[in-house]
Amino acid sequence: MNATGFRRRPRRPRRLAAEASALVIAAVVAFPLYWMVLSAVRPAGEIESAEPRPWTLAPTLDSFRRVLGQQEFGRYFLNSLVVACTVVIASALIAFLAATAVTRFRFRFRTTLLIMFLIAQMVPVEALTIPLFFLMRDAGQLNTLGALILPHIAFSLPFAIWMLRGFVKAVPESLEEAAQLDGASRSRFLWQILFPLVLPGLVATSVFSFISTWNDFLFAKSFIISDTSRSTLPMALLVFFKPEEPDWGGVMAASTVMTIPVLVFFVLVQRRLVSGLGGAVKE
Amino acid sequence: MTPVPTSPGGTVRSRVRGGPTVPYPRARPRRAAAWTPWLYLAPALVVLGALLVYPVGQLGLISLLEYTQAQVSGGEPTSFRGIGNYAELFSDAQFWQVLLATVGFAAACVVSTLAVGCALAVLLTRVRAVPRLALMLAALGAWATPAVTGSTVWLLLFDPDFGPVNRVLGLGDHSWTYGRYSAFFLVLLEVVWCSFPFVMVTVYAGIRAVPSEVLEAAALDGASQWRIWRSVLAPMLRPILVVVTIQSIIWDFKVFTQIYVMTGGGGIAGQNLVLNVYAYQKAFAASEYSLGSAIGVVMLVILLAITLVYLRLLRGQGEEL
Repeated sequence: MNATGFRRRPRRPRRLAAEASALVIAAVVAFPLYWMVLSAVRPAGEIESAEPRPWTLAPTLDSFRRVLGQQEFGRYFLNSLVVACTVVIASALIAFLAATAVTRFRFRFRTTLLIMFLIAQMVPVEALTIPLFFLMRDAGQLNTLGALILPHIAFSLPFAIWMLRGFVKAVPESLEEAAQLDGASRSRFLWQILFPLVLPGLVATSVFSFISTWNDFLFAKSFIISDTSRSTLPMALLVFFKPEEPDWGGVMAASTVMTIPVLVFFVLVQRRLVSGLGGAVKE
Repeated sequence: MTPVPTSPGGTVRSRVRGGPTVPYPRARPRRAAAWTPWLYLAPALVVLGALLVYPVGQLGLISLLEYTQAQVSGGEPTSFRGIGNYAELFSDAQFWQVLLATVGFAAACVVSTLAVGCALAVLLTRVRAVPRLALMLAALGAWATPAVTGSTVWLLLFDPDFGPVNRVLGLGDHSWTYGRYSAFFLVLLEVVWCSFPFVMVTVYAGIRAVPSEVLEAAALDGASQWRIWRSVLAPMLRPILVVVTIQSIIWDFKVFTQIYVMTGGGGIAGQNLVLNVYAYQKAFAASEYSLGSAIGVVMLVILLAITLVYLRLLRGQGEEL
């Protein structure tokens, strides 16, 4: 293994220095998250103290109560969850089919399409807010969750297809021939053989679509203009964040609530993500 | 007789001729269903066509119109302005200032993110399991943090009244968001914090794929850590480095949430505007939809130019699409 290979070398002080700095850097990187949770459980007076201490002696859930008690916070949370999950599942399925098409088949315009997918990735989402706003208005989709779901599917597709390509390619073609000889239909091969094999790649890609959807606040801000019952979490967070006098306890509690699902998602897919990214880039 | 991959202009780099990837037994069943790939592609193409291609076209169209609140509400008819919006934009000193700031800011973000990400990826390979896990988890935490929450947390950390950073550095109530450059610096810190993990994890995965004998041989030859990186790892990881560099450029060029939240929509008198936020403010705050669209088109053109460079680099490596 890598680690033991390095261990045998007589470079103890150096390695210790490396490990010490790794731990210090880990602490620095994690510090903002620690401070977020800490500020969320602090009693009201302590956050606004001029001598911030990196601990608290009287943890309280007051801020969380204030956030969760805010009207319809649960609904915002649910809205965010519905939007993110729909986007993840839909874009994974659509991207899987498309990636299969561009890697397992040779047809006219294949390369052109691939280049188009790559270019589509570069399109700045935010720049399209204006035409999308008018599109949603004309389609009567303003103030609905569909106005958030549809564009996010579109924007996560190109990257997902681009990344999945490597995974689909990695499945040996002989497998497909064997399945064909065994009499498996094409759709049977697609869903029962190829799909499970590509699943780690799908997980890695879904991380990106989940995060970008969960984090989005531009679309939520622009397309959900009057019906606040369709708002998502980032908007709820900004309720507490008034430029002049932010309710830091509330902001941090809402931030914690908003970060937790992503963290859970990450921990669940962590191993697959690392191997997935490795697979995608190695090809 | 598998159809040979062709494309207009002959741009395809087909696989090694006669290589094992074009096996002849496959030919017949495949040719029988030439429309199958299009069937698989249909959902993707419909979604992308309706929600990406069409809006891009609309964006271009709106940028050529006179389109403000009056036209949106139907009070005045829409009129064609041609390149009038662009002329107005290009003669506006603020546009050039924002463009310059965007390029400078994105460049600083990309360089810092790559430097931090690569350095930490190398560090990860030099330590044992426990510190490695600690650093990996911390990085995943930063990666997972939504941009909105990350922005508010960093603001609190650097808050002039209640933030721990000023206390530790003894800066009193120095405001980080007041000055133009210190505000940009603060946003840069947040951007690097949440985007270095992608670089670190990807490059780490790449380094692990490098045979360890290569690294050991280099170390036995007495090469320094920097030398190993420059002469051995960086060349071997070139494809990965190209990918993460381009991804970072695209992401950092489009930074929106951090600037919007941390500088309150573009900073004092718009001193911290970047193109993306500028377009948004023009369109939705000032109802100048056509000017906002014109800015969007300018961004699109710049990013397309970067894409072309990317494609060339990939080609240069002989990678097949």
